[in-house]
Amino acid sequence: MTNIEQQLRSDGVIVAKIDDLLNWARLSSMWPVSFGIACCAIEMMGAMASTYDLDRIGVFPRPSPRQADVMIIAGTVTFKMADRIKRLYEQMPEPRYVISMGSCSNCGGPYWQHGYHVVKGVDKVIPVDVYVQGCPPRPEALIGAFLELQKKIEKEQILHDKYFEESV
Amino acid sequence: MLILYYMDDYPTQLSSYGTILLLGLAGILLVCVTMFLAKILSPNKPNPIKLSTYECGEEPTGTSWVQFNPRFYVIALIFLLFDVELIFVFPWATVYGQAELIQMDSRWGWFTLIEMAIFLGILILGLIYVWKRGDLRWVKPQHVTPTVDVAIPKSAYNALNNKSYEVRDYRATVQEPVEEKQEEAKPQTSLGFKPRFKKPNA
Repeated sequence: MTNIEQQLRSDGVIVAKIDDLLNWARLSSMWPVSFGIACCAIEMMGAMASTYDLDRIGVFPRPSPRQADVMIIAGTVTFKMADRIKRLYEQMPEPRYVISMGSCSNCGGPYWQHGYHVVKGVDKVIPVDVYVQGCPPRPEALIGAFLELQKKIEKEQILHDKYFEESV
Repeated sequence: MLILYYMDDYPTQLSSYGTILLLGLAGILLVCVTMFLAKILSPNKPNPIKLSTYECGEEPTGTSWVQFNPRFYVIALIFLLFDVELIFVFPWATVYGQAELIQMDSRWGWFTLIEMAIFLGILILGLIYVWKRGDLRWVKPQHVTPTVDVAIPKSAYNALNNKSYEVRDYRATVQEPVEEKQEEAKPQTSLGFKPRFKKPNA
């Protein structure tokens, strides 16, 4: 990936594998579903607003899961909400990623023992790619999560896996 | 020389229609290529939940052909009117209210003020009209049927409403005229004399 960016800086002509090119395009425009559950969402909004400006790494909230790549679970996942989260996650097109933001969605947080209504970790419902610790995490932590996700996307080979199934 | 002549008189340039045709073709081609690329590149893993309608995570119920109260449209229309009015008022306040323009000619300020008063006045007349009609009142406790003063007596409507219609059997009415026509057509075929076909030299 650094290779592509170096090529861009040198003469603007890129020679790369399609998988690398796709990955570069995808990690440069990770669009989350505009979706916040609890107080972590306030930090998420802060991260997206002008001070931290997540838009500079291509993070741009979308109003529909059909257009989204990432789902930020920012807040306490109750059982009532888990049903909706599951459905929204299913309605996102592949490849899709989940960032679990804050203690509540990581493991239940302060409700881990006595919260009868709280799911003890959103990963019991949908697969999570990156966990962000904190209660709530600072915007920098969320930006860090997106950088970690970029590293993950960078290593993926979607087309290779699709057309050369035997080597997977 | 001949080649030059042809090049000058028959230029292979496109007409304006040709350009439009090319533009259309290029557009169709681009869309097709994009859709083909998407088909190659994108993963396709449909499931019932993914294919269902997106309703903010809720389970979609009922049909999408929902009937709206038509009063929403009236309110939206009035809102739009005054929304557009504001768009005109802001540039008016900033551009025409400039102190330099007013200093150049003292009538300028009065002129623009009266112009805007006329414009706002027409719109406010519309608002008064709507208000008077009761379109702004959302909750309407009693239903008011509009009455019209017309000279037609109620008995005219009663005659229409109480009229009874006899329904005839449709099969009987269709078959009868067909048979009659065939009977009538038969006598016309007789010519009144017997035609003889004798050869003159027999």
